Amino acid sequence: MGEFKVHRVRFFDYMPSAIRAMAFNSRSERLALARADGAVEVFNFSDNYYQEKVVPGQDGRAVEALCWVGQRLFSAGLNGEITEYDLENLRPKYTMDAYGGPIWTISSNTQGTLLAVGCEDGTVKIFEMLETGIQFQRNLDRQKGRVISLSWHPSGSLIAAGMMDMIRIFDAETGHATHRLLVEKGLGTSNSREVVVWGVVFLSDNTIISGDSAGKVQIWDGLTGTLLHTHLITKWDVLALAVSQDETSLIAGTSEGTVVQFQFLSSTMGQQDKDWVRTRTFKNHSHDVRALVHTDTAVVSGGMDTQLVVRPLLDKVDKNTQESSLRKITFPHKSLVCCAKKAGMLLFQFPDHLEVWRLGDSDGNGKPGDTLPVNRKPEKLIQLNRKGEEHICCSALSPCGGWLAYSTVSSVRLYRLQHDNNNISINKVSKLPKILHSAHQLCFSSDSSKLFASSTNSSVIILSLNQSECKYLHTLKPKSDSRQPIHLLFPSEDGKWLATANTDCEVHVYNLNKLKLHCTVPVYSSCPTAIAIHPTSSNLVTVHADQQMFEYSLVQKEYTDWSRKLQKQGLHPLWLQRDTPITHVTFNPKNPAHIILHDTFMFCIVDQTLPLPEAKAMFHNQMMLRSLPEAERIGQSHAFKICKTFQHLLCVRLLEDHSVVVVERPLLDIQSQLPAPVRQKKFAT
Amino acid sequence: MAALYEGYTLCGLVPAQNLSNSGIQGIEVERDTDHVVVTDSTRSVTLYKVSDQKPLGSWTVKQEQTLTCPVVYNSQTKEYVAVSDNKVVRIWKEDDILLDKAFRATVSSNVWRVHTVVEGEPIVVFQKGAVRLLDSLLSAPQQNIEEVFSQDEAIRWSTYILAETQQFVICATELKGDHFLYLQRLNPNSLQRYRLEREEPGLSPLSFSASYRDKQICLLYLYPNGHVYQSVVSVRGLGAGDGVQAVPLPRSLVLSLPVGEGMLETASALVLDEAHVAFVGVPHPSAGTGKDFLCIWNTNFQTLQAGKEMAGKIYGQLWSFSSKLFIPHGKTLSVIPYECPKSSLASALGKLKQARAEESRSPASVPSWNNILHGEKAQPSRAMETRKTRTTRKTTSAPCLSTDQVLELIKTAPVEEVQKETEGLLSRADIQDLQTSVGQLTSALVSRSLAEPSFYTPSTLAQLVRTQSLCHSVCPDLVLLALEKKDYFLCQLCLQFFPDIPDAVTCACLRAFISMPDIDAEKVSLEPDSVAFMEMLMSKDHGQVGVQNGFSPTSLQKDCSVLSEGDAVIKTSEEDPVKTSSPPEQICPVGLHKAVLLNEVLQTAYSENFLLPHLKDLSSQHVILFLRYLQFLYLKYSQDAFPQMHGLRSPSLVEIMDWVCLLLDAHFTVLVMTPEAKGLLLNLHRFVKSQVRLFSELGKIEGSLQEINQMKGNKDIRQYSIEIIELF
Repeated sequence: MGEFKVHRVRFFDYMPSAIRAMAFNSRSERLALARADGAVEVFNFSDNYYQEKVVPGQDGRAVEALCWVGQRLFSAGLNGEITEYDLENLRPKYTMDAYGGPIWTISSNTQGTLLAVGCEDGTVKIFEMLETGIQFQRNLDRQKGRVISLSWHPSGSLIAAGMMDMIRIFDAETGHATHRLLVEKGLGTSNSREVVVWGVVFLSDNTIISGDSAGKVQIWDGLTGTLLHTHLITKWDVLALAVSQDETSLIAGTSEGTVVQFQFLSSTMGQQDKDWVRTRTFKNHSHDVRALVHTDTAVVSGGMDTQLVVRPLLDKVDKNTQESSLRKITFPHKSLVCCAKKAGMLLFQFPDHLEVWRLGDSDGNGKPGDTLPVNRKPEKLIQLNRKGEEHICCSALSPCGGWLAYSTVSSVRLYRLQHDNNNISINKVSKLPKILHSAHQLCFSSDSSKLFASSTNSSVIILSLNQSECKYLHTLKPKSDSRQPIHLLFPSEDGKWLATANTDCEVHVYNLNKLKLHCTVPVYSSCPTAIAIHPTSSNLVTVHADQQMFEYSLVQKEYTDWSRKLQKQGLHPLWLQRDTPITHVTFNPKNPAHIILHDTFMFCIVDQTLPLPEAKAMFHNQMMLRSLPEAERIGQSHAFKICKTFQHLLCVRLLEDHSVVVVERPLLDIQSQLPAPVRQKKFAT
Repeated sequence: MAALYEGYTLCGLVPAQNLSNSGIQGIEVERDTDHVVVTDSTRSVTLYKVSDQKPLGSWTVKQEQTLTCPVVYNSQTKEYVAVSDNKVVRIWKEDDILLDKAFRATVSSNVWRVHTVVEGEPIVVFQKGAVRLLDSLLSAPQQNIEEVFSQDEAIRWSTYILAETQQFVICATELKGDHFLYLQRLNPNSLQRYRLEREEPGLSPLSFSASYRDKQICLLYLYPNGHVYQSVVSVRGLGAGDGVQAVPLPRSLVLSLPVGEGMLETASALVLDEAHVAFVGVPHPSAGTGKDFLCIWNTNFQTLQAGKEMAGKIYGQLWSFSSKLFIPHGKTLSVIPYECPKSSLASALGKLKQARAEESRSPASVPSWNNILHGEKAQPSRAMETRKTRTTRKTTSAPCLSTDQVLELIKTAPVEEVQKETEGLLSRADIQDLQTSVGQLTSALVSRSLAEPSFYTPSTLAQLVRTQSLCHSVCPDLVLLALEKKDYFLCQLCLQFFPDIPDAVTCACLRAFISMPDIDAEKVSLEPDSVAFMEMLMSKDHGQVGVQNGFSPTSLQKDCSVLSEGDAVIKTSEEDPVKTSSPPEQICPVGLHKAVLLNEVLQTAYSENFLLPHLKDLSSQHVILFLRYLQFLYLKYSQDAFPQMHGLRSPSLVEIMDWVCLLLDAHFTVLVMTPEAKGLLLNLHRFVKSQVRLFSELGKIEGSLQEINQMKGNKDIRQYSIEIIELF
């Protein structure tokens, strides 16, 4: 098969941001997740947990709480504003000041007609949902102390509010407080320290469950206002609570990184009187669990350690299925690295800046397994800090390394890079066409003469570039009326084709010579995670979130034979069981039959000339092949050549000199940058 | 150490009026070792459960009848077998209540004993020596019973022994003051008659005990004069004799018990295992002349392992079943649990040698006692062997003297002759053979020397010590004698070769060495190896080679200055000369030979707890001198490349440090008060500091080395590398 020279890059200091809040829309099975930097991400739980959408953050907009109302997503933060998101254009739709100081919590009633926010000044403010926005309705009785958590009774008539040292129950109609539940301080803590009720849950049987900073989960009778049970589950804070939809299971997240499950069970079999019983403890986090969601089958948790963890409840799912395995989502599902393959340069995208690096060089030769001496060290050419408060949402570097573009939600910037040996200059291209005000995805053509920017309603804007100016050429629009954003763009090597994919799972191919839609690939149920057009055969390869792979001939406008064969035989079970999506597809110019793909934990070369692996065949067979003599290898090998040497991959690209660039981000490096976790007494320490 | 535990009473006794017997005929084990059948001397028999101390059943014969031998239990048929009035054999089961209704058969000759056989038919031994299996006897009770013994020969004792597949009945008889031993093999029957060697006239054995081990039957018998003999009969060589001719039975004295006043009257010996024998009715060596003791002796080391005073009269009866001794005394039958663990010389002497670094270097000087005394492996048939050697010695060594003769000679002969003969004996004989006689010779020589101040044979003693067959416990007075005679060479040898010198003696040697004037010491000729080592060490007095062990003189000086700067009070005028005069600690404070002798003391094994009180007897001057010497050694060791590398016998650095600590522990308050010790103490303090520093540095190095080990495992991947991979 062959040897590859691999540039193993570990200097991309990507640092994900801590998870601050989560909300789950059980109707659409979408999880909204807010990070500490203000970014909001949407994961599609029905499509292999694929990260469909990312709304970039903004300085000064810290999201403290998220709330779905129907298909609308609201957030509130300590800046005192309520924000509704435009999930089609991946930007905040509007923000609205609640005039109550920092907002700690936001919650809507089950009917989806009212939105309640808890404010620093002690008020609970009720907003009315309108077609186009929200409108302030009234304040509930103002209390002393901030409102940290809110929960509506499913009937919508009562609201429980977790405050400092107490829980208040309000009548939603009158706005008066009906009960005051005093939360006692923890043992051994000083009296002056207030207890923060971080989470409160109002169940339909009028039970109120609270979690507080003294480490207690308390169960109250909401009608009488009496305390029924206290479960001390941690020495630290109980930061988050979530209850399952059927109200039989409750989970509580703690500062120790544990998630404790309670279940509503009868203490003896067959009896009617049920109690909340502590049942399980999950420890999947090293730091605070700040956000929890209880889906029907799983505990979803996130916190300071930046990982999103989906822990299936094994009594709710079939064993040994894709659904029953634990998932940790650490890295974004779209690439933050762009590689100029002709120039041997890498572009790293951070929320607030971009870095351009030139790869190192080595003229040595070696045998497989060797590490070559590095003649020229990699060099950071440019660090470009973004302008404004909005975070960078996408960026691109042209294959020749001469152009650099990035976009925020409100502006696109284009730069001309010029570098002769030691000097590097960067010039902003000043006059960009007005139409290009924002882009979800940016991409340069292979000859660096065009810039493609995905815009609203799945349209693509084409700009032509020469020396130092940029001209608007055309806007490509699909025939379908999808309003979803395009998240993947791929111009073909020969400049003839441009493929796009949007989160409605549509893949369109445009003929760039004719500047019109060439064809639409039959829609597959799972979202494409990577697309690419073969440089010579003009076959489009699409890989989807459910790990399926298709090859579509643009000439014949039909799936190729190989693709049909693959679908007929089916992919190997081990391929389908991988839990990170393929984020990039490319081809080997030396061997047109080779497709190169990668996910977080492996990269793979698919040789279309070799037989596909049978379901029972050994899938990871590289070690075995290595031990065989050369002549026997052919009989044993199959199409999928998987290399797991490199892990936590953010990028695998083929350079023009046929060497491979892999960008790794070891988890250890991320963990080492996290703040210290709460101290826990370990035995013998 | 064997141990006797707290006993308990199984039952009360009804001894005869004059306390001549205990009222018990015998104790036999029943279904298991927790059940015993006790037969009293008249009419009744009782079954006891030992652990519960309670009777389970009792049977009695009619008024006018008596039981004439101990009742036994036939474990095969679960029946009891008794003999009443010598001729009536009675057999019954546990649920039979009345003996009169039980089975009985009258035989034609007087029965002596019935012996149980494990998983076999009981064996009946008649008073005239005939032996029958019980079932064959009962099939024809009136059958003719032959007479094996001669007319006046009376049976005294019998036992049954199972030697692998062969069954033996052993009987001891007495005929006109002579004692015979009959060894009868059953199936095929054969008989061997032995004559016991005569002890002092009129003494007949008090008790016999037989055991079987390693294809030999060991017979142990005790005479009233306290001598315990052992005879070993090989099972294999049996059957040749026709039984009529009495073969003399070779014997060896295993123990000579102290008997106190008069002879032993009612005493008994019982073999517990190959090394331990229980005695009852003998005096405790350290408790006067009372004979009412139960003792366990180790025959290998001839040491008393455990002793217990029994209240009331001792009847000389003793039984043992599964590590419990059954002993009737006074008006009770007591059960005393005991324990006999495997013994070693060290544990027998109560001290285990300290593990030492150079143990591997020097050949093991502790002879294996098991092999020497009971060299079964080396000598398949010890009985035959001894007989053979005895005969050969008689024939071949006529011109030379035997060990016994030399021993006799030592008691009287002049020095020159003793030397000549002893050395002659040593040169002739194989050392392995002489193992025991070396001890006897030495103790004889020592006791004569002690008794007769003019008699002393230094070269002979040295030669004996050099055989490495001696140890201190064999001749406890040797070292002290050598000290008394100022024979320091012998002292050195003893210190070198004896593994078990008591701490008190070590300390006495130390005191003698340290107090002896250097002029005297130089006259002594000492072991050349150790002298060579010291010479080498002293010759390097001023050649300072490199830095060893983290200690360098410069750092010492630095410490010194730091110390004196930091603590001005200590910097007295007294300390200055110590510091300035071209380090005095570099010059050996004692003479060469004295140093050699002190080195020997340093290398002896000791236990801190026992040594400390004796060390306190040293005068402060001696302590200071010794400490100076130790300091000198320490400095030398710290500077030079390890002197032990030269392969000469030399104290290790650890030993030196241990002794420094010991001395300081013992004399610290005195030293602190002694002005001339101040400098020394400060120096020693610096040693400690440098050692502490050394160890902390070593700890650091250990940490980094471990880190290196870990790093080797996972390849160091840096921020950027270019690698070659191959896909197949």
